[in-house]
Amino acid sequence: MAWRRLLITVLLIAPVLWLLAFGFTRDARYITSPLLAKEAAPFTVTLFDGRKVSLNDLRGKAVFLNFWASWCVPCRAEAKDLEAAWQQVKDKNMVFLGVALQDTEKDSRAFLQEFDVSYPNGRDETGKIAVDYGVWGIPESFFIDPQGRITYKHVGGIRASLVNAKLEEAARSIVSAKEGKEDYQPIR
Amino acid sequence: MTATLGHTSILLALLVAVWGIISPILGSRSNHQRYSAFTRTAILAQFVLVTLAASSLIYALVTTDFSIRYVAFNTTRATPAYYRVTGLWGALEGSLLLWEWILIIFSGLVAWIYRDRQRETMPWVLMVFSIVSAFFLGVIAFVSNPFETISPVPLDGRGLNPLLEDANMMTHPPLLYTGFVGLTVPYAFAMAALIRGKVDEAWIVATRRWTITAWFFLTAGNLVGAWWSYHVLGWGGYWAWDPVENAAFMPWLPATAFLHSVQVQERRRMLKVWNLSLIIIAFSLTIFGTFLTRSGILSSIHAFSSGPVGSVFLVFLSFVLISSFGLLAFRADLLKGQAELDSMVSRESAFLLNNIVLVSALFTIFLGTIFPLLSEAIAGTQVSVGAPYFNSVTVPLFLLLVFLMGVGPMIAWRRASWDNLRRNFLWPAAASLLAGIALFIWKVRDFFPLLGFTLLAFVVLTIFYDTALALRARRRTAGEGVIRGLVTLARRNQRRYGGLVVHLGVVLVILGIAGSMTYSIEREATMNLKEHLNVGHYLIQFEGLKGSREPTHFRVEGSFRVFHQGDTWGVLSPALKFFPNQQSPVGRAVHRSTISEDLYLILSGFSELDKNQATLKVLVRPLVVWIWIGGFVIALGSLLAILPLGKSSSEAA
Repeated sequence: MAWRRLLITVLLIAPVLWLLAFGFTRDARYITSPLLAKEAAPFTVTLFDGRKVSLNDLRGKAVFLNFWASWCVPCRAEAKDLEAAWQQVKDKNMVFLGVALQDTEKDSRAFLQEFDVSYPNGRDETGKIAVDYGVWGIPESFFIDPQGRITYKHVGGIRASLVNAKLEEAARSIVSAKEGKEDYQPIR
Repeated sequence: MTATLGHTSILLALLVAVWGIISPILGSRSNHQRYSAFTRTAILAQFVLVTLAASSLIYALVTTDFSIRYVAFNTTRATPAYYRVTGLWGALEGSLLLWEWILIIFSGLVAWIYRDRQRETMPWVLMVFSIVSAFFLGVIAFVSNPFETISPVPLDGRGLNPLLEDANMMTHPPLLYTGFVGLTVPYAFAMAALIRGKVDEAWIVATRRWTITAWFFLTAGNLVGAWWSYHVLGWGGYWAWDPVENAAFMPWLPATAFLHSVQVQERRRMLKVWNLSLIIIAFSLTIFGTFLTRSGILSSIHAFSSGPVGSVFLVFLSFVLISSFGLLAFRADLLKGQAELDSMVSRESAFLLNNIVLVSALFTIFLGTIFPLLSEAIAGTQVSVGAPYFNSVTVPLFLLLVFLMGVGPMIAWRRASWDNLRRNFLWPAAASLLAGIALFIWKVRDFFPLLGFTLLAFVVLTIFYDTALALRARRRTAGEGVIRGLVTLARRNQRRYGGLVVHLGVVLVILGIAGSMTYSIEREATMNLKEHLNVGHYLIQFEGLKGSREPTHFRVEGSFRVFHQGDTWGVLSPALKFFPNQQSPVGRAVHRSTISEDLYLILSGFSELDKNQATLKVLVRPLVVWIWIGGFVIALGSLLAILPLGKSSSEAA
């Protein structure tokens, strides 16, 4: 009788302990984006050169979408890398698109000039695009496959090698299991 | 040298603790008196050794001996002596040493006070202490060693986290640890009773004062933590339902339940298994709290370093839960209650209901705390559980608790007669109903606040009414006036009146929480020079920014002139402090308290380009000050219940 009670006690306690132990297998500060493998929200953005670009027009190409602002330190840090990555893939079937966020037009233009950015960039004046993509810190980058699905998300500065590797994956519609994270600045 | 002394003391203490665990077992086999003396010596030796270790760490901190890694990471040459001492619990390694130190002080006190009493039980009680102590010593010696040395020796240390450079650093962590550790005493006595199979009321009677003491420290530790959060962290709140806060609060719930339900066991020999379970849960939660804060399994706004300590604590938690509940299951045959509930309308059932509510609150808070883990383990999705969940599930439970706080102390044991109910509750209930109607007319129209304030009035009125009746009886029988009568009553029944004073304190705390939860006003605005802002009864005018270089940081201060209903309150200056090795600035909010409400100003930003612009956050929080006043009243009540002032009713010890 006593042994049976003992067994029941252990069986009751064990799941709680198992659950706590399970905690060690995960990173509590890590939040995966629910957008991975989902269709990218459509938007149209006016570029700094006056042209308009719509995401739907880019179907059939792998897209690198980057949110940034001139006041954001990690954005400055990654700017040269992004341009270098662009130079490597600009002749392939791949597109870069930068979107400036919570920034004045003057500052954004100065930023683009300072870093000799040659790929298309536009402004998210109302912040609606950022809301659709759940941007909470910048820089934040999304990789979109030719069918318009998000394959990878990176919060914080990103290196050229990773941009190119993830673009290759996007071109082949390979969805990453997790998002990446480096230094970022929170937005308001 | 200091490091060697400290670490050697810890290792020796660990050896002694192991001896303290083995000797009662050997003693019970050979039936030798000598062994029970050994267990006591083992505790006293651990006390000496751990004190030596803690003193050497304090010495190293005060003399800034940077050859010790812990010292180098938690002080600088510029750190004032005061914060060098508090550096002892500024980080994980030192906190564990402080915990162990308090634990062994408690154990030493128990060993000393009971040196001639409870001869049969004491070796087992002290063995439980030695087991807990051995665990902490093992962690300190091998997993998280505060005496680890560093080479080459740095020229200066890194210093404490600037938020910890606050006067409350002296009080909040030690109070909370004392509360946690204090629960080890009733737990050890309970385990000893189970091991020996002598599960009568002796362990409860013996530990009554210890339990109240531990409960008081837990309450004080939580309240001082809230105070610290409110006054120092500068976000305008005192409680965020963060996992770490929940971890500190959770042991309080079963401890409070235990304080009440043991009275049922003392009177009626009921609830034996329940009481043992409560104390096991309360003690386990103290270990669980440390596990939670140090394992990093949940994300928290409190950034604690995590490391291998978490898994070690989980192993110990498993050991505690399985061995304690296992022992309880094994002894369950001896634990049949001897009486049954006579009536649903009685003090027993009021206390039982109070226990059910407290345990439900514990369960909901526990569930909310670990829910992110549960959801990811079962559904694979990440969720976070925030204040709205905790508020909406705990508020009704706590209101029910307030009601029981009014009923429980006055209702009769066994079976309350109609006469008893009418005598004790008719007038208070009628008067509080009137108070409720008055509040309704005076524009308190929301359901929960109205119910809450009415119930609080009910509790206060029952206490005052009961005391008034007792005073009248004193005047009739002994001709005593009000003051003399109160003194006599309190001395004759310290526990009861201490408890009632604590209840009054709790009423004040809840009043403050309810007021600030429901009627706060928050405004945030970017202001230009001489511009003003109307918030509640206040008019706030921006008078400029000022920067200054302080010894450890750069400080930007905004000046705001405050007018309250036409009167000037002078200038309040919230500030932002920029520390060189911190990424984001530390806010220094300022506030003005009155008994009806607090005005709280936070400088949330300023323009780097335009010196004449600043963003200000203004909070008006009604009744907050009563939370802290309530804390004092709780302290007074606890003292009244514990201190040996006069002839206490039934305290055998």
